[in-house]
Amino acid sequence: MSTLIKGGKILDPGNIDAMGDILVDGDRIRKIYCCGDGKPATSSSEAKPDKIIDASGKIVVPGLIDMHVHLREPGHEYKETIETGSRAAAHGGFTTICCMPNTRPVNDCREITGYILSQAKKAGLARVLPVGAVSRGLEGKQLSEFHEMKSAGAVAVTDDGRPVTNTLLMRRAMEYARGAGLLVISHCEDLDLALNGVMNEGETAARLGLSGIPNAAESIMAARDILLCELTGVPVHIAHVSAKETVDLIRAAKNRGIPVTAETAPHYFSLTDKAVEGYNTNAKMNPPLRTEQDRNAVREGLADGTIDVIATDHAPHSDMEKEVEFDQAANGVIGLETSLPLGLGLVEKGILTLSQLIEKMSKNPARILGLKTDLIQGNAADITLIDLEKTFTVDAGAFHSRSRNTPFNGWQLRGKAVLTMMSGRIVFEDL
Amino acid sequence: MQFTQKDILDMESLSRDEINLILDTAVRMKEISERPIKKVPTLRGKTVVLFFHEPSTRTKMSFDIAAKRLSADCHSISASTSSLVKGETLLDTARNLQAMNPDVIVIRHSSGGAPHMLARTMHACVINAGDGMHAHPTQSLLDMMTVREKKGDLNGKRIAIIGDIAHSRVARSNCVGFTRMGADVVLAGPPTMIPRGIESLGARVARNIDEAIRDADVIMMLRMQKERQKGFLFSTEREYARVYGLSRDRIKNIRKDALIMHPGPINRGVEISSEVADGPYSVILDQVENGVAVRMALLYLVTGGTRNVYAD
Repeated sequence: MSTLIKGGKILDPGNIDAMGDILVDGDRIRKIYCCGDGKPATSSSEAKPDKIIDASGKIVVPGLIDMHVHLREPGHEYKETIETGSRAAAHGGFTTICCMPNTRPVNDCREITGYILSQAKKAGLARVLPVGAVSRGLEGKQLSEFHEMKSAGAVAVTDDGRPVTNTLLMRRAMEYARGAGLLVISHCEDLDLALNGVMNEGETAARLGLSGIPNAAESIMAARDILLCELTGVPVHIAHVSAKETVDLIRAAKNRGIPVTAETAPHYFSLTDKAVEGYNTNAKMNPPLRTEQDRNAVREGLADGTIDVIATDHAPHSDMEKEVEFDQAANGVIGLETSLPLGLGLVEKGILTLSQLIEKMSKNPARILGLKTDLIQGNAADITLIDLEKTFTVDAGAFHSRSRNTPFNGWQLRGKAVLTMMSGRIVFEDL
Repeated sequence: MQFTQKDILDMESLSRDEINLILDTAVRMKEISERPIKKVPTLRGKTVVLFFHEPSTRTKMSFDIAAKRLSADCHSISASTSSLVKGETLLDTARNLQAMNPDVIVIRHSSGGAPHMLARTMHACVINAGDGMHAHPTQSLLDMMTVREKKGDLNGKRIAIIGDIAHSRVARSNCVGFTRMGADVVLAGPPTMIPRGIESLGARVARNIDEAIRDADVIMMLRMQKERQKGFLFSTEREYARVYGLSRDRIKNIRKDALIMHPGPINRGVEISSEVADGPYSVILDQVENGVAVRMALLYLVTGGTRNVYAD
């Protein structure tokens, strides 16, 4: 079966930025036909596809990659399953998602890694790349079996949801991960400093009478991990950056040539802690939403390349965890079905170019994870079509995720994925 | 003026006029408590539920007496005797209570925002009797009533609030309430207990307790809880008493007409010495007395009371 994606604007930053057609054969890209872009124009008239997708007026990009999601399976299937999470991903334009290990049981061994991959294969809607635990049971006491998980298909390790509090363990994890060929992702949080905090420390917390979490709870740990990164020379990826000071630390580290990379989530560049007003549990996550100053710093960090990646930290929770007292509510919001439109909002505001956005939502995660996703002949046909003009109202009730915990319900957004192709198969279409 | 608030959740949502109406009504209610027969039929046939999810003696008793003096049927549930211990969520408890058609729910809860959640779900009027560290509007109103009673007016008065501001819903509600009425609120306490951003409630933070109390019309001491030692918020009660406690020596230079207040329960010898608590400046027991009057006023107003209380 061959498909021609015809007449779109192909945008694969660093590779193609031109009008053109892509011929997909089976699960692979057979050929790219481009006109303009300085290269000799080629015509797809020679191609005899079984199917033609009219991509005129659309942007054709390499499939989006979300390197930070929680799929909740095994263990919390009432919140999300690998299938529902994959479907949400496809609807959001993502062809690849990395799932965090804080499931029940924890993904700290090859059996769980293998189980996740088999469930993902069964669902067949997204490329699911498991992230294993740094420590067995996320307990921070003993390294888990990195090599075993790697051979079973894991791409990275993290104790996400909680920090690796023991500095020696973090150092050893980084060194051990180099041996296993895994990326270390760090959830930066000083638990003592964060104590019982349930939102950002500051005016809103003072008024609502809620315990605050200072920026330093994040940035102190980020500083530690940057220093360990320098000590070991092993790359470390800082997850969900929310605070200005963390952005500053990462920028300085990159200037010194330290191999640190970082991600932020759409809620950190879209919202501030004012969203908590009214005890809105759908604005509760960890790290918490910060101030206007932090939001601006995160946006600047994205614009100047300090922050490499936009990842959702998609964290599904049911009403049972969210329709409760604010301080009792679970941390986390879902994001797969709103991430790209919110990112396009940054493009509309002039903070990022479209090309930069695609770098942060596809090219850079691929580089950091060592994936080959360029739109070139022979690569897997993971392709997303984006309609920049399509406006819509976020309706949590219509989400494909099993959960509804979004702070963006009712938002008017412009631009979204209209077709997602994974391994040459259309997994979502709304052309 | 018609009182249109369905719920009493915090001081932010009350206007200056509404606060004045509540305080004026409370003054008339207070008179009922001074009669030999302390009961009027005003709320006969109304159902008031006291839902106390956190231990309380004074506030709960005060609401109970207030409801009964107005002839309401008053029922009380606490967390330990409710289905919450069986794992029922607050929302489900609220839905079940609502199904029994109460007129007023008085809630005390350890989580900030819990009364707001209830108010969104229930038709009944919700009165916040203290939620976490957030708000304690009935305490603030009774404090205002006491100050107004002694000073005539709140406008331009200086109110010093001393102690653990961070954990105090009384401090938060009083910052908002007194400021709204034109008073000037000054805070003092260990810097570990002054939350960042508290100025956004309209209060000023003094450098030390002496600066805060020097020209104050009202000195309000907050309860110091020993368990705060665990969060490294202070060293010892002994040192706290010496540096932040209100002792006989410390009040030598305060205004001669100053009022000393405390929301209770007091820790004698910690935040306030016995001589001061029992001394001439203290209006601590007037606060308790006014508490009943304020709560009667609120029960009356939220249930739509428009009739003249004297006629009833």
